[in-house]
Amino acid sequence: MIVAESSEFHSPGPGDFDFPPLFGEGTFFTKPILIIVLGTIAVGAFFYFAARRSTLVPGRLQFSGEAVYGFIRDGVARDTIGREGIKYVPYLVTLFGFIAVLNISGIIPVLQLPATSKIAIPLVLAIISWVIYNYVGIKRQGFGGYFKNMMFPPGVPKAIYPLLAPLEFFSTFLVRPVTLTLRLTFNMFAGHLVLLLTILGGEYLLFEYQGVAGIAAGSLSILFSIVLTFFEAFVQLLQAYVFVLLSAIYIGGALTHEH
Amino acid sequence: MAISMAPISVIAAEDGPSPLMPHTSELIVGLVAFALLFFFLRAKVFPIFERTYAERAASIEGGAKRAEEAQAEAQALLEQYRAQLADARSEAARIREDAKQQGATIIAQARDEAEAEAKRVATRAEAQLQAEREQVLRELRGEVGTLATTLAGKVVGESLDDDERSRRVVERFLADLESADAATLAGKDS
Repeated sequence: MIVAESSEFHSPGPGDFDFPPLFGEGTFFTKPILIIVLGTIAVGAFFYFAARRSTLVPGRLQFSGEAVYGFIRDGVARDTIGREGIKYVPYLVTLFGFIAVLNISGIIPVLQLPATSKIAIPLVLAIISWVIYNYVGIKRQGFGGYFKNMMFPPGVPKAIYPLLAPLEFFSTFLVRPVTLTLRLTFNMFAGHLVLLLTILGGEYLLFEYQGVAGIAAGSLSILFSIVLTFFEAFVQLLQAYVFVLLSAIYIGGALTHEH
Repeated sequence: MAISMAPISVIAAEDGPSPLMPHTSELIVGLVAFALLFFFLRAKVFPIFERTYAERAASIEGGAKRAEEAQAEAQALLEQYRAQLADARSEAARIREDAKQQGATIIAQARDEAEAEAKRVATRAEAQLQAEREQVLRELRGEVGTLATTLAGKVVGESLDDDERSRRVVERFLADLESADAATLAGKDS
């Protein structure tokens, strides 16, 4: 919270991502959890109403739902995984919708917090993707085959193996889920901080800091926050896409022997 | 005028919990929410999208196929009409040719018939004329004999009817007359 009575500016920081329970001490229902619940309902409702009374010639809502579904189905699953990709479309579309909405919550008035800036959400999703791609890899290539193809990819000089094998192992089992988690979390975290900084800083300059300079700088800061909001919308959709695309690439890689 | 710069005192944000530390409640709610969303969408929504895609593809393919069939049918009909038209044209030409030939034949036949008829009529008329002429001549000859005898009798004053001599004279005269006639006829013919 910004302390208003003193004319000091509290720069936003990690503390702004800590929310007290909404319904009193000791309950778990915080603002991020409210956003998760609302976002999940929103995604479910969007797709449900888009698919209800489905017709060959789609209405506007059905078209939107099919566009999102088709974008992930054809643009991600089929292009990166191939013909088998159709099996993973439900997961990938759900993933995309879930992440996109929980990102977009950062620029929705009143909510104004990307729930994915809370590391728990990206972590859960990264773990799910990690489990899926390792599972399909082992199922497809066998336990030994999966590790062998991963750590000792064919077509690489044998002298490289001592260096490559631990790297590949490390990459697949640790780096991939960690980068999935951190990329999404801190894109949202940083974006939210920048928005907070321009808005709260602008507000402080406009109302607390005296003089023309304060008004000019404050106005500029508020104006910039609006520009940044549009930029954030772009980043939020992009990061949802990146998370889904990487998950699809990992699944596709686990399904094929070639690296 | 100097712009008075108010001191900006920035208080660093109080250290909250580390952003790297996941909240247990958020982990659980996130997992449950995602799982519920996934199973709901997989059961209730995505099959409908896939079905709609398939139906749409089928309908588009069906439409294309129907259009193709219609086009092929139209093409076949056109060929058929063209063939019929060509047939009709050659038929008409043949009929015209036939008619021309038939007309020519009819005209030729009619001409032949008319010529034959004309010849026949002419021949008959000639024959009749000849016959009439001969009859007239024969009658005339008889008449002339009688007339001459009668005239001669009147001139002489006595009858020459039963006289053998007079009969001979008349006959000789007639024979002369006949030969003179024939000579005149021959002169006329040539």
